[in-house]
Amino acid sequence: MLTQEKQAPALPETDTQLSGSQALLHGFVVEGVDTIFGYPGGAIMPIYDALYDFECDLKHILVRHEQGGIHAAQGYARSSGKVGVVFATSGPGATNLVTGLADALIDSTPLVCITGQVFAHLLGTDAFQEADVIGITTPVTKWNYQVTDATEIPEVLAKAFHIARSGRPGPVLIDITKNAQLQKFAFQGYTPCDHIRSYRPKPIVRKEYIRQAAELINKAKKPFVLWGQGVMLGSAEQEFKAFLEKTGIPAAWTIMGAGALPTDHPQNVGMLGMHGNYGPNVMTNECDVLIAIGMRFDDRVTGRLDKYAKQAQVIHLDIDPAEIDKNVKTTVPVWGDCKETLPLLTQMVETKQHTEWLAKFREFEQKEIDAVIREELFPTSEEMTMGEVIQQLNELTKGEAIIVTDVGQHQMVACRYAKLNHTRSNITSGGLGTMGFALPAAIGAKFGAPNRTVVAVIGDGGMQMTIQELGTIMQSGIDVKILILNNQFLGMVRQWQELFHERRYSFVDITSPDYVQVAKGYGIPGRSINQRENLVEALQQMLSNPGSFLLEVMVTKENNVFPMVPQGCSVSEIRLK
Amino acid sequence: MSEQAPIERQEYNITVYTENQIGLLNRIAMIFSRRKMNIESLNTSPSEIEGIHRFNIVIHETEEVVSKIARQIEKQVEVLKVYFNTNEDVIWQEMALYKVPTDIVAEKAKVERLLRENGARVVVIRKDYTVFETTGHREETDNLIKILQPFGLIEFVRSARIAIIKDSDGFNRKLREFERAEPGHDVVENEFLNSREKVFTM
Ligand SMILES: Cc1ncc(C[n+]2csc(CCOP(=O)(O)OP(=O)(O)O)c2C)c(N)n1
Ligand SMILES: [Mg+2]
Repeated sequence: MLTQEKQAPALPETDTQLSGSQALLHGFVVEGVDTIFGYPGGAIMPIYDALYDFECDLKHILVRHEQGGIHAAQGYARSSGKVGVVFATSGPGATNLVTGLADALIDSTPLVCITGQVFAHLLGTDAFQEADVIGITTPVTKWNYQVTDATEIPEVLAKAFHIARSGRPGPVLIDITKNAQLQKFAFQGYTPCDHIRSYRPKPIVRKEYIRQAAELINKAKKPFVLWGQGVMLGSAEQEFKAFLEKTGIPAAWTIMGAGALPTDHPQNVGMLGMHGNYGPNVMTNECDVLIAIGMRFDDRVTGRLDKYAKQAQVIHLDIDPAEIDKNVKTTVPVWGDCKETLPLLTQMVETKQHTEWLAKFREFEQKEIDAVIREELFPTSEEMTMGEVIQQLNELTKGEAIIVTDVGQHQMVACRYAKLNHTRSNITSGGLGTMGFALPAAIGAKFGAPNRTVVAVIGDGGMQMTIQELGTIMQSGIDVKILILNNQFLGMVRQWQELFHERRYSFVDITSPDYVQVAKGYGIPGRSINQRENLVEALQQMLSNPGSFLLEVMVTKENNVFPMVPQGCSVSEIRLK
Repeated sequence: MSEQAPIERQEYNITVYTENQIGLLNRIAMIFSRRKMNIESLNTSPSEIEGIHRFNIVIHETEEVVSKIARQIEKQVEVLKVYFNTNEDVIWQEMALYKVPTDIVAEKAKVERLLRENGARVVVIRKDYTVFETTGHREETDNLIKILQPFGLIEFVRSARIAIIKDSDGFNRKLREFERAEPGHDVVENEFLNSREKVFTM
């Protein structure tokens, strides 16, 4: 039998009659989309019908749940820096996207989501699978729009891509009624959008503030840099490094910023926040100038605000004007894309070294090693710790892998200890803390960065939230390493119950299926270990397996993540135990 | 820090210039409801420019809160510009309608006089009822309720507030800036930044 090479339709000439669905897909091709995560249904069938002809340009990954689809698109966007694309049908398909939209909004992830909607004449009649998707998604999207007429599609899609990826990125959603998907119209081509008059993605850079910031930095005795995901979103890793190396300032990261500067850069002093490192938290309340770059002073980072960095002059570089002064009062606001503002600042600052000041961080680090880290990474206890698993993983990957984490104790441990040589290598649900994120996000991350090893680090709780996406792995044949750190508990909640609720372990005891059997059912090889002597070899087996592999590591049940800034406490009240 | 934000809450008039877009009202309202903040008054209307809408929103809050809210509103894609002003900085009016039984008004010369003194104007007179209208500040429209209550006020309604900013020269020039792909500094002209100039000195 002859196999026919499928040819994607070329971009049609002006005035060609196209359906709304065809126009939409041509738009995706022009925007450079290569992968779509989705799930079909009645109200989006015309788009899926058109997709059948676009197979070689637009790879569609059939997920097992729309939440999985949107998390996969997030993982794709985070590993590749491109816009993630999701398709879902009306009603339940669309409502299943809500968690991912909220997650993407708070973590500034660019997404374009397409939902099918009932015919326009049925809107508001409680038609089958009708939900007010625009109403439901308004608070969780950067922008959303309902299309009821096919002729609007090219312009709306172009706007959607522009909004999703420019300025502070975020998720946008287009809800398309079925009649608009079917309607034929004279296609006038597809022009990407680069300007919307009511939308200013980048505030204008004000040189006088950069000069003031430079003056403060030049006078500072104990300056301290905090960075967040903004450095990566702005693709400003090089500019950031150049600024740091010229000024010699110690720098710490939020979990969303991890990896923008390699873990073992001498000025990288570690992680901020509730489970961050000892030095960075304490020094926040000792520095004289605090330079925040592309981060938003989340409460998990700042702890108690009225005792946060009160002694410091604060310089805040951010692209989103609404972030300036939102949580922490700024002395000098530097509005703008840090890709543009950092080089300007670097020009004006003096070359310095803050050797003594940097050494103070290292003193704190030593205390933390003695009190926490050594025992976590090289335990003397019989049972395995999460930290030692990550430590051994580091040894084997040499910091080259993308680590995708779920939410809980394992997330904090993985973020604290994972060695990251490259940017866009730590993918985690930071702002929303969405359990179930990791497995689908890892699938998406691998599609976004096919040449890199992707390891999903997941708890026994989170694994069971989106376990169905093993089916997506099976069908797509994608290579994702799944590392389950099983402590037989909803560990993070249990830790809080232990510390703040007199050990009343209320519904945190969670059982697990036989993950190896489950994986096997999906055609994915797996292994479970509970002995230290097998750890390195099992990790090696996982990493060297040609395709996906699931490795479950039974770890000690009741470990706590330390250090910890208890809720309501100041960062300088960080506890080592 | 030299800056001293007043902590007292007072009425602020938020003026929002927007595109005309379905759902934008909802998006803006959610910025308040999400923070469990009450909107005292909300009016949408055309503006001095065709196709550009103007929201007038009144809230009772501190300056700090209002400035944060203003920036959250301005962040919305279809919002062009947000201003916020105290009552002293704006000319504002609210309109009220009062329905009273016609026989009482006709009989009592006192009512006539009170209405006249309060600047009320007759909108309709029917055999059974008469509708009056006043336009003014809250106290003025409130005052007339008290006056008319003893005379059998049947219905009362007051409109949202509309406000004109005293020292604004309108939005035309600004809009032209917005339409340019590379706008000048005018676009970022902002209460926050302007006050900064005074705040920070080395
Ligand atoms: C969707 C969702 N539901 C509930 C929570 C609250 N929560 C945070 S951490 C956690 C426990 C996670 O347990 P597990 O996945 O086993 O990870 P561990 O903490 O044990 O490493 C829970 C329930 C959440 N973050 N997300
Ligand atoms: Mg667990």
